[in-house]
Amino acid sequence: MKNALGREIPDEILAGGKEVFQGQHHRDGYQYTKDAPRIRANVKPKGDKVLPSIRDAIIASGLKDGMTISFHHHFRDGDFVCNMVMDEIHRMGIKDLNVCASSVGKAQNSLVSCIEDGTVTGLSTSVIRDEIGEAVSKGRLKNPAYIRSHGGRVRAIETGDVHINVAFIGASTSDAYGNASGKGGKSDCGVLSYATPDSEYADYVVIITDTLVRTPNFPASILGTNVDAVVVVDKVGEQSKIATGILRLTQDTRELMIAEYAAKCMAATEYFKDGFTFQTGGGGTSLAVTRFLRPFMDAKGIKMDWAMGGITAPMVELMHEGYIRKLINDQAFDVTTVKSVHTDPNHFEITAGQYANPFNKGAFVNQLDFVILGALEIDVDFNVNVVQGSDGLLQGAPGGHVDTSAGSKCAIIVTPLIRSRIPIVRDRVTSVTTPGESIDILVTDYGVAVNPKRPDLLEALKKTDVPLCTIEELRDTAYKIVGKPKELEFDDKVVAVIEYRDGTIIDVCRKPKHLN
Amino acid sequence: MKNRVRRTMIFLNCQRAALIKDAYIYKPDCVILDLEDAVAHSEKDSARVSLYNTLKYHDYRGVERWVRINGLDTNLYKEDIRAAVAGGCDGIRIPKTEKKADVTLVADLVSAAEKEFGREEGSTMLMAALESPLAVINAYEIATSSPRMMGMALSAGDFCSSMHAVRTPEGTEMFTARQQMLIACRAAGIMCFDTVFTDLDDTESLIKETELIMKMGFDGKSVISPKQIALIHKVFTPTEKELNHAIHVLEAVKESAASGVGVLVVDGKMVDVAWVEGAKRVLKLARAAGIYKGDL
Repeated sequence: MKNALGREIPDEILAGGKEVFQGQHHRDGYQYTKDAPRIRANVKPKGDKVLPSIRDAIIASGLKDGMTISFHHHFRDGDFVCNMVMDEIHRMGIKDLNVCASSVGKAQNSLVSCIEDGTVTGLSTSVIRDEIGEAVSKGRLKNPAYIRSHGGRVRAIETGDVHINVAFIGASTSDAYGNASGKGGKSDCGVLSYATPDSEYADYVVIITDTLVRTPNFPASILGTNVDAVVVVDKVGEQSKIATGILRLTQDTRELMIAEYAAKCMAATEYFKDGFTFQTGGGGTSLAVTRFLRPFMDAKGIKMDWAMGGITAPMVELMHEGYIRKLINDQAFDVTTVKSVHTDPNHFEITAGQYANPFNKGAFVNQLDFVILGALEIDVDFNVNVVQGSDGLLQGAPGGHVDTSAGSKCAIIVTPLIRSRIPIVRDRVTSVTTPGESIDILVTDYGVAVNPKRPDLLEALKKTDVPLCTIEELRDTAYKIVGKPKELEFDDKVVAVIEYRDGTIIDVCRKPKHLN
Repeated sequence: MKNRVRRTMIFLNCQRAALIKDAYIYKPDCVILDLEDAVAHSEKDSARVSLYNTLKYHDYRGVERWVRINGLDTNLYKEDIRAAVAGGCDGIRIPKTEKKADVTLVADLVSAAEKEFGREEGSTMLMAALESPLAVINAYEIATSSPRMMGMALSAGDFCSSMHAVRTPEGTEMFTARQQMLIACRAAGIMCFDTVFTDLDDTESLIKETELIMKMGFDGKSVISPKQIALIHKVFTPTEKELNHAIHVLEAVKESAASGVGVLVVDGKMVDVAWVEGAKRVLKLARAAGIYKGDL
C-alpha cells in the first residue's frame, strides 16, 4: 500500500493494525490509554536493592527468550553497559530478544554477534550506525529493525507498541535504592533524559552504576520508586568518549559559508525577535550557525528565551554571554555542557518525552521557532533522508530530526550540495525519514531553496543577500557536476521499517543487492 | 576582458578534483588552476587532464579562469599551454618570469594553440609572476612584452629567498620590489597583484598586509585558501564616504561637461577630470562588493 508520500509499504509490515503515513498531523487528537508496567510490589522492607552482579540482576528480572530489553545512549561512544549486559545474556543462552535502544553504534558492537547467533532478533532504535548498521542492512537481523525518532520511541513505549520487560539503565551515580542520576561519578554524562521512559514503563528496572553514593541521590533523574535492582560495576563508561563524538567546531570555509547563510535566513524571518527559541544539530555546519547568530542578535538587541536539544559548548557560551536565557538539555555532548548542567541554575534537564513525544500534552519541540538540521539526501519535494546512505547502508539517525522539524515554525536543512561524488539534492531519496511538509528552508553552498508551501519565508528572504533558487535548480546543478546517480537496486527483503513519530509507516529500507 | 576587478586570485591544485570542481562558490574574482608547484611530479599528466575537463565542462559562473603552467625550464609547459588553450582558459600565468623573451616564448605558443584549437587569436591573456631580483629589475620590460599582458604578480617566497631576506609582518623586505613592480605595471597600463599570505590562521596580519598593498595601489592579491577571500574583498570595499564622494564626483563632472566648466568643487574639494578615473575605480569596487547598483 502506498502512503501519502507515494512510498510502497508492504502488507506484512502493516499486519497487526499499523497504518501508513498520512501527513504529519494525521493523528492530532488521537486518544489512547497509556501502557503500564507489571509491578512487583515491595511491601516488605528489604534494606537496599543492590545485587552482586549483572548476572544476578538478569536472573532476578526473570528475563526469558522472546522478551524486550532496553538501553540508553547517554554514555555515547564510551558506553560499556550494553556490551556488559549482552555478554552476560549471551553466556546465559537467552535467545530471541528484542532490543529497544535509544541509539546503537560503535559502543554497542557486541550486538552484532548477538544478532548473528539469534540472541537478538529484533531491534528498535533512534540511531543506527557502524557495524550494527551494516549487519542490519545485510539482513542479518531476523525481523526488520524499527527506526523511530526520539519522540517516536517514547510514544511507542507509552502506547505499548513496545513493551519493555527489562530496562538496563547505566547511571553515573546511584544510591542503594536506585535513585539514579547522570551527574557525578567516574562516568559523568550530565543527564539521563532518554532513560526516563524506560524506567517508568519497563516491568523490571536495573540500574548499573560505577559510583554508589549515599542515600538520597537527589536530584535524581531516575526515581528509586521505579527501580527493582542496583548493580555496581567497576566502570560503566569511558569518560573521554562520553563527552566527545560527532561534535566539532568546523574551520571549513564551505561549512561556515552554509552556516552564515542559515543565520541570515533566520534573522530575516518574523520569528527572529526577542524570546525566540532554537535548536541545532551536532554536525559541523549546524553547530557553526550559533557563531553567526551573535551579530544579528546584537543588531536587533534581542535574546533567545531558550535553546534545546543535545547541548554543546557553543550554546553554553552563548548563555554565559547573555544571548540565551535558559538551556533545556536532553543530551550533554561535551565536558563544558556536562559541567554546566550540574552547576548552572538556568540549565535544565528534561526527559525524552518532554522533549519530543508527539502524543503527550505538549512536547517542547512544539514551542520551537527554529531548528537547524542536516541531511544525507533531500528530494525535490523536500523529503529528507537521514537514516540510509546513498549506498543503501543504514548509517544515520532520525534522532530528533523528525520531531523538531514537525514542531518548529522554521525548520532549516543545512548541507553541502555534493558530498564526494554524491548529489545530496536529488529526484528521489533512498528512503524518507522526515516528510517534506516539515521542512521550510534548504541551505546549501550553492544556494538557498524555500519550500513552496512557505511563500512568506521566500518573501522575507528576498530582502537578504543569500543566493535564492529553487530546489529543482539545486538538483540540476548537482547533476550537472557529478551526474545523475544510478538508482540502487534492492532485494525484496525489508531490513528496516522507518516509523514516523506518530507510529505510522513512512518508509521501509530494503536490503541493497550489492550487499549480497 | 583585461579591465575588470581582480581583488582575489585563488590557487587551486589541479590534482584535486574536489577542489577545482566548484571553487567559484567562494566568490573569488579569479581562480588560478595550478599545474606547477602544488602538483606532485608523478601527477603532472593527470592534473593536466583534470584541468582540461574542468575548463571545458564546468561552468565557473563568471569567475575568471587562469592557468599556472609549469616553468619554462621544464619539459611540461608546452603541453600545459595546449591543454589550457584547448580548454578555453581566460589566461595563462607564467611562473618565474625574468625577461621579455620568457613572455614572447609563451605568447607564440599560445598563438599556435589558439590556431590549433580554433580559439580567437589574441583572446588568451597572459600574466607574469616575478620571483627573482632580475625579474624585478626587468619589470617594465616584462610588463610591455606582449599585448596579451594583463598584469604581473609578485611571489614573495622565492624572491625573499634569493634576496637572502626574512619575511616580516611589516613587509619592509618587500617594499622596493612591490614599488618597482607597481610602477612598471602602471607605466605599462596593466594590473598589479601582490603575493600570497601563507599563515592561514593569522587573519589580523592578512588584513593589515592587504590594507598596505591596497593603499600602495595594488589591484589584488593571490590567495591560497577560500577563507582569505572575503577578508581581502572587505579591505577592497570602499567606505560609504568614499563611495558617496565618487558618486558626487562623477555626477558633478557629468553635469560640468555639459556646461563646459573644467574645474569644480565637490564635497568642499577642488575636482577636475583627473579625479574621474579614481572615482570610476571606486564605483567598480563598490559594484563588485555589491554595495553599489547604480549606472554611473
